Amino acid sequence: MKLNELSIKQAVEGLKSKKFSSVDLLKACLGQIKAKDKSLNAFITVTEKEALGQAKRSDNLISQKADLPLLGIPISLKDLYLTKGIKTTAASNVLKDYIPQYDATVVSKLKNAGAVLIGKVNCDAWAHGSSGENSDFGPTKNPWNEEYVPGGSSSGSAVSVAANMCIAATGTDTGGSIRHPASFCNVVGLKPTYGRVSRYGIVAMASSLDSIGHFTKTVEDSAIFLNVTAGKDQMDSTTPDTKVDNYLEDLNRGVKDLRIGIPKEYFMEGLDPRIKERIEKAIKLYEKNGAKIVDISLPHSKYAIACYYIIQPSEVSSNLARYDGIRYGNTRPHFGDEAKRRIMLGTFTLSAGYYDAYYKKAMKVRTLIMQDFDKAFAKVDVILTPVSPTLPWKIEEKVNDPLGMYLSDIFTVTANLAGIPGLAIPAGFINGLPIGFQILGPRFSEKTLFRVGNFFERNYKSGL
Amino acid sequence: MKGIIRVDYKPVIGLEAHIELKTKSKMFCNCSADYFGKAPNSHTCPVCLGLPGALPVSNQKAIEWCLMIGLALNCKVRNFSKFDRKNYFYPDLPKGYQISQYDIPFSEAGEIKLKNNKTIRITRVHMEEDTGKLLHLNEDSTLIDFNRSGVPLVEIVTEPDFESSEDVNEFLKKLQLMVRYLGVSNADMEKGEMRLEPNISLKFSTSNQLPSYKVEIKNINSFRFAEKAINYELKRQAELLKSGETPAQETRGWDEKKQKTVSQRQKEEAHDYRYFPEPDIPPFTFDEKYIRELSAQIPELPDAKIQRFQKQYSLPYYDAEILTREKELANSYEEVAKIGNTKGINPKQIANYIINKKVDPINFEPAKIIDEILKGKTEEINESELDNILDKVIMDNTKAVEDFKAGKEQALMFLIGQVIKMAGRKLDSNLIREEIKEKIK
Ligand SMILES: [Zn+2]
Repeated sequence: MKLNELSIKQAVEGLKSKKFSSVDLLKACLGQIKAKDKSLNAFITVTEKEALGQAKRSDNLISQKADLPLLGIPISLKDLYLTKGIKTTAASNVLKDYIPQYDATVVSKLKNAGAVLIGKVNCDAWAHGSSGENSDFGPTKNPWNEEYVPGGSSSGSAVSVAANMCIAATGTDTGGSIRHPASFCNVVGLKPTYGRVSRYGIVAMASSLDSIGHFTKTVEDSAIFLNVTAGKDQMDSTTPDTKVDNYLEDLNRGVKDLRIGIPKEYFMEGLDPRIKERIEKAIKLYEKNGAKIVDISLPHSKYAIACYYIIQPSEVSSNLARYDGIRYGNTRPHFGDEAKRRIMLGTFTLSAGYYDAYYKKAMKVRTLIMQDFDKAFAKVDVILTPVSPTLPWKIEEKVNDPLGMYLSDIFTVTANLAGIPGLAIPAGFINGLPIGFQILGPRFSEKTLFRVGNFFERNYKSGL
Repeated sequence: MKGIIRVDYKPVIGLEAHIELKTKSKMFCNCSADYFGKAPNSHTCPVCLGLPGALPVSNQKAIEWCLMIGLALNCKVRNFSKFDRKNYFYPDLPKGYQISQYDIPFSEAGEIKLKNNKTIRITRVHMEEDTGKLLHLNEDSTLIDFNRSGVPLVEIVTEPDFESSEDVNEFLKKLQLMVRYLGVSNADMEKGEMRLEPNISLKFSTSNQLPSYKVEIKNINSFRFAEKAINYELKRQAELLKSGETPAQETRGWDEKKQKTVSQRQKEEAHDYRYFPEPDIPPFTFDEKYIRELSAQIPELPDAKIQRFQKQYSLPYYDAEILTREKELANSYEEVAKIGNTKGINPKQIANYIINKKVDPINFEPAKIIDEILKGKTEEINESELDNILDKVIMDNTKAVEDFKAGKEQALMFLIGQVIKMAGRKLDSNLIREEIKEKIK
C-alpha cells in the first residue's frame, strides 16, 4: 500500500511508530497530485511550500512524542475556507486574486491538531452546483471514470480524497454538497448537525443551511476528524453549547436493536432501480444483524426542493452582496451564470409584495419538514435513504438543464432544511461508478451515525 | 413659526432619531466603538469590514441598553425578538446589508409627555449597526473609513405627533438628557452620536387624516439646524400648497450654507430593502423577570427628578430644571443640600449659589460650598429698623437718589453700601436693593 492511500488512523499509527515521516507522507500525496491532477483538476492551489514546513514541524513534534489527533496528516481544504495569506477563491473569478487576512476557525483547529494543509481544492463556484462543473477554474473529473462528473459542490474535496492526493478533505454542505460528491466518488462524507462545526471564516453560501463537514476514506476517520472540528465557537453565534461527544466511543457497538427508519418517499419513482436494489441489500444486512427496520413517512419531503430553492437563493442573494466591485478587485459581471441566476431568484423572492408568498411560505414549509423528522425520530434512531437518485452523469450532460441539476439534490436537501446530520457511506459500484446511501439522525446524533456507518463499512463485501 | 404658515394648515411632524451607544466594543465584533478622531480604518476587523466568512456576534450590553432606552420611553419590550437584514448597496456598507430590526423591534408603543402636556407616541425603539464613513477627496476619488462600521446604533421612531419645531426641540433635548442619565450615550449631535431625520408634512387644520405625502429631512447635526430646517420646510410646503401644488414625497437635506432644504431623493428611487431574518444570529427571548430586572436598573430620569426636587427641596420649576440638566450636577446639589440641612442653610439658598456660580458638577467639594455660603450669609434685620435706616439714607443722599432715577446703576450700589454701613452688619444686598427701589419709586 502506498503512503498516500492510507487512512488517517493508519497514517497516524505509521507516523507514531516511525515507519515513515510526515514529509514522506506529504511527498507521496504531492507525487499523486503531480501525476493525476492535470486531468482530474481537483486542486486550485497546491501549497507545497507551506505544507512542507508544516510536515517538517510535525516530524519534529512526533519525535518529541507529541500526541495530536491529526499530527502530520495531509488535508485539503475546499476553496471556500479562508486561509491567512493563501489565495481563497470560492472557485469564482470574483475572488480569483483574494488573499485572506485570517484563518477560518476550522482551519485554525486543523492546524492546532497538527494537520498539514496541502492545498485548496476546486468546487462549484460559491458552492453553487451538484456536478463540480460550475467552477471558473474548470470542471473536476471523477477519478473512477474521467468522463463523468464527481458530484458537487465539494467536487475537488471528494476527488482529492478518492484519488489519494491527500488523506482527508474539508467540504461544505448546504443542500447535499458533501454527501453528493462523496457518494459519486466512493468516499465517506459527513454533513454534521447545523451549528456543530463553526462556519466562521468560510465563504457563506446560504447561512441558515450551510453545514461544515469533511471527506474521509473511512467512517472511523470521519469521527476522528469531527473530534477536532466540532464545538462552540465564540465567533459563530449559531454554534450552541451542546456537549461535544467523543465520536469514536460507539464506533464498534454494532446495530443490534437499533431502529432504522426507511422513508417511503425516498424510494419511489425517479430513483434509479439499480441504486434502489443496492440500498435494499444494505438494509437487509442491517436487519440480519439485529437492527429493526421500520417503514416511516416524511410526507413533506416532496416540497423540499421547492422550499430549498426559495430559502437558499434568498440568502445567497444577500450573502453575495458584499462582492460589490468596490473591494476584492473584480466587479459583479465576473459572477458566473449560476450565481447570477441565484442572485436574481433570491432578489425576487425577497422583494416587497413577494416575500409573503415565497420566503415566508417556504419558512413555513421548512418547519413542516422539521416536524416530519421530529415525528420520525420519535419512532426510529436513524433514517436510511439514497443520496442521489441517479448514478454519476457524464460531464456536460446536464449543464443546460439547471432544473435537472437541482433535482439531483432531492434526497439531500431535507437534512439541511431540518438542520440534522447526515453521513454518506459508499455502497460499492454499478457499471464502474460509485453509489452510496446516507444515514440521517436527530440533531447532534453524529456518534450514532458513525456507529451505523462503521458497521456497514466493516461488514459489507464489495460484491453486495 | 407664528406668521409663517397660514392658519389653515397644520404641521404634521414625526421623528426618526439615531443614537450611538457608547459601549466599549462594536455591535457585532470586539473592535473598540470609540472611533471619533481615530486614524482611519484602525478600528476594524474581518467582521466590521464584512470580509468573506466573517460572522456577527451580538454585543449583549448594547442590547441591554437598547432595551433600557425603550423602557425609559415607556415602551413595551417584546418577549421574542430578532435581527433582520436590510439589503442595499452603498460603498459605506461593506456587507451589502445592514443588520437591523424589521417587524419585531426590541420595544414599541411608548410615549413621552411634553411641558405643554402634549403626548408624543413612540412607535418603536430598535437596534442596528452604524455604517462606515465616506470621505470624498475630489470628483474621482472617495475614501472609506470603516472605523464607524458596526458601532451600535439605536433607532427611535415616533408617531407624527409633533406640531412645531419647538415641540421637536423639546423632545430631542429630553431624549438627549434621558440617554445621558441612562449612561448609554453622550448623544452629542456635533459628533454624530445623535442624528435625526424629521418627516414633515402639512394638513388642513380641519382634517383628521394624515397628508398624502411626507418629506424626510437629512443632514441635521445640531438642535439649531433641526429647528431651522423644520421651519424652512413648513414654509416651503405651505407655499406650494397655497399655489395649489402637493409637495413631492421625497428626501431633502438641510444645506446650512444656503439655509434651505434641497431635494436628495425622489420617491420613485425609494428602496426595497428586501428584509429577511438574519440567519447568522439566533433570535432572542426576553422573559418578564429579565425585563423587570432591567426596569429596576433604570435610574431616576430627568422628569421625575425635576418633580421630586420641586417637592423635596421646595424649588421652583426653573431651578429644578437647571439643576437636573446634568445628572452629576443634580447629584452634587443633593449632596450639598444634605450637609446644608445640618447647618441651617435652606435648599433654595444652595440652589441659588450653585446656579449663579455655575459650580463644576464633577470637581466640587460640598464642604467648601457650604463654607462659602456661610461666609456670604447675611444677618437678619427687622422691618422697622431697616425702614428707619432707609429713610435716613435716602434723605442724606438726594444726589445719588436723583442719579439713580436718571438711570445710573452705580448710584443704587452706593445707596446699598450706605445702608449696610449704617446698619453696621452684613445684610442681604438683594433685599436692600428691592426695598430702596420700592421706597424711591
Ligand atoms: Zn470589528
